[in-house]
Amino acid sequence: MEPQLAEPSPKGSRKVILQGNEACAKAAIYAGCRFFAGYPITPSTEIIEFLSSEMISVGGTFIQMEDEIASACAIVGARWGGKKAMTATSGPGFTLMQETIGYAAVTETPVVIVNVQRGGPSTGQPTMSSQQDIYQVKYGSHGDYEIIAMTPSSVQEMYDFTIRAFELSEKFRTPVILLADEVVGHMREKVTIYEGEKAIRGGHRNYVVSPQEDFYTGGNCLVEGQLHDEEGMRIGHLPSKSGEFIRSICGKIQNHIDEIQDVQSYFMEDADIAILAYGSVSRSALNAVKQAKGIKLSADEKEGKLRFLKKLVRKKSAEENPYSHLNVGLIKVNTVWPFPEKQIRRLAAKCRYVFVPEMNNGKYCREIERCLKECKVISLPKIGGEMHSPAELLESIAKEVKEDE
Amino acid sequence: MNRLMERYLRLDALPTLFCAGCGNGIIQYAAISAIENLGIRKDTALVSGIGCSSWIPCYLNMDVMHTTHGRALAFAQGLKLARPGKKVIVFTGDGDCLAIGGNHLLHACKRNIDITVILVNNHIYGMTGGQKSPATPENAVTKTSPFGAYDEPMQGAEIAMSLGATYVARWTAAHPVQLQKSIEAGIKHKGFSLIEVISQCPTQSGKSVYGNKDPAFIINYLKQNSFIYKEGMEEPSGRIKCGILLHDNDKPEYIERMENKTEQYRKRL
Amino acid sequence: MKISIDKGLCKGCGICLSICPKNVYGFSANRNSYGSSMPEAVSESECIGCSLCERMCPDAAINVEEEQKCG
Repeated sequence: MEPQLAEPSPKGSRKVILQGNEACAKAAIYAGCRFFAGYPITPSTEIIEFLSSEMISVGGTFIQMEDEIASACAIVGARWGGKKAMTATSGPGFTLMQETIGYAAVTETPVVIVNVQRGGPSTGQPTMSSQQDIYQVKYGSHGDYEIIAMTPSSVQEMYDFTIRAFELSEKFRTPVILLADEVVGHMREKVTIYEGEKAIRGGHRNYVVSPQEDFYTGGNCLVEGQLHDEEGMRIGHLPSKSGEFIRSICGKIQNHIDEIQDVQSYFMEDADIAILAYGSVSRSALNAVKQAKGIKLSADEKEGKLRFLKKLVRKKSAEENPYSHLNVGLIKVNTVWPFPEKQIRRLAAKCRYVFVPEMNNGKYCREIERCLKECKVISLPKIGGEMHSPAELLESIAKEVKEDE
Repeated sequence: MNRLMERYLRLDALPTLFCAGCGNGIIQYAAISAIENLGIRKDTALVSGIGCSSWIPCYLNMDVMHTTHGRALAFAQGLKLARPGKKVIVFTGDGDCLAIGGNHLLHACKRNIDITVILVNNHIYGMTGGQKSPATPENAVTKTSPFGAYDEPMQGAEIAMSLGATYVARWTAAHPVQLQKSIEAGIKHKGFSLIEVISQCPTQSGKSVYGNKDPAFIINYLKQNSFIYKEGMEEPSGRIKCGILLHDNDKPEYIERMENKTEQYRKRL
Repeated sequence: MKISIDKGLCKGCGICLSICPKNVYGFSANRNSYGSSMPEAVSESECIGCSLCERMCPDAAINVEEEQKCG
């Protein structure tokens, strides 16, 4: 790496109205990203548009490549040249990048890839939202590897998670995916942003060829896509060493899951019904939870304020609030991968029901079913490009609970 | 062991996986001599794709990136853009560069970005066991052209010229000295340079293309069946056209163009 | 000239025999580590030090140096 700024410098923070994609681009600059290669694709295009000039104003490099394959390759190349690098894309482009994501994982290259999800498969629904890539993001490239993926649900989270994506990728020397979707990518909200550049400390590869991690520092780095040993030499033909290598690159993420995971909970203290959601759907889910509690809805309300209001809720009659009998809370998963199994199990320990709404055919729900054996896990899939409305969620939950009684 | 190569090779990785008589070693020597002559070892990174020829840099004690199939040029451009003051040399083969990597070649040439490509053309997919490549001559019987190839073979050097590369040369493995000089010139050239090397794969193209697996036979064949091109000469047909085919110093290089265009914007800030 | 051929690197391809302008090399009874026949500088005194064999050896096995005169 080139020398970093000595101190983190959140000198001035200010509040602005930004679009999600724009916030992501601004966060990348703040996190020290100085190389962007990309290819325009809806609904992520605002990121490449914004960075085409912004990257130049901070002395970085911007290039529009010939396709998404080349974009992903270029950021890996640039990272070995010592520049923090990012690309942004959507479904079809993300599919093309899978080859290089595997390469980045095996070569322990820290890069950030933004996937603003749209409906698939294939060209699918370019302008509509989805969460259909939830498995592709983990299993998209061939072979065994681990990935870190974060799912923002607001413009503020687009900003914050992008910064964290750079921190995690540098620390664990691994590609990190910001798994946004069209809803958060295109919405505009108030967001707190920072001036300057955040200092991000880099980690080391598990398989270190030399103390120097970058090219042109005299370290004779051998960056090798085949399974390799500490010297970079291939070991693909040696079963025990190859197994050790795979365990190492998977283990460096699996073994630090406590540090990586980010799972938030709302009203889960005494809830016996949980909605488990990630990304933009968790907005609807939080809204639904508040409706059930009879809490007046406001985007800005803080947890503490809500707790006070919660006490008033119970007094409301069933006529005013048909869902007041549902003792429901929200588990919001921000790092979908590595799967935060322990944390989810802990939060849902007292639950009879866990509802998993997602904008796909019911994918992440399978992971939840696998880890929560004691309660009833119900998938609430929605495909077609629209988000679940809070009313829809509450209806489905009430129906399910009633049927059981 | 050769004294020059001893200083560059990763000794614990030897011997190379190349077959006896493979042209890759000859090209490796030429590239190393060029780097040594120019004194740019510390300032040079080597990038390669997939295939036998892409293993050439993996045995060298330098900064090396052994990437995915066809993508070497895309990785290399990222690296070059991140460190414009440094040198990047790409080792690639006829399948890697002209088939799966064709789009990246097109755009790298068109950009005229300052990268040197050594395109090792052995007319065949050697590593996978002798299948037809984009450069396989017509009528050659390979594992995937059992009735004789009927695709028109692609000419790497001519394609690079037509796409906008600004230094293009072709040599064979039987021209080690000229090859080294062209690599040196390509590295010094400010712009996209591509040096195609017609190389022998005694194991696969020896069987499919030359009808003789003896490396010495193929070397002699390459020497006798090639000619060195001089501007304005009448070109003998059916022989490999060698020499410096294009050297254009007028077309501006990509990063220079990029910096010129953004200079005004930077100044205004 | 002093010609040395590395037994561990030579793969016995025979290119050096074919391209030497002075026919310095011949196959010997020696075997390299692969078990194939190895070349030998049978007419070392004929060597003019053109280094073509060094350049053309695909395995960096050949080294040609001017002989160090003792004393």
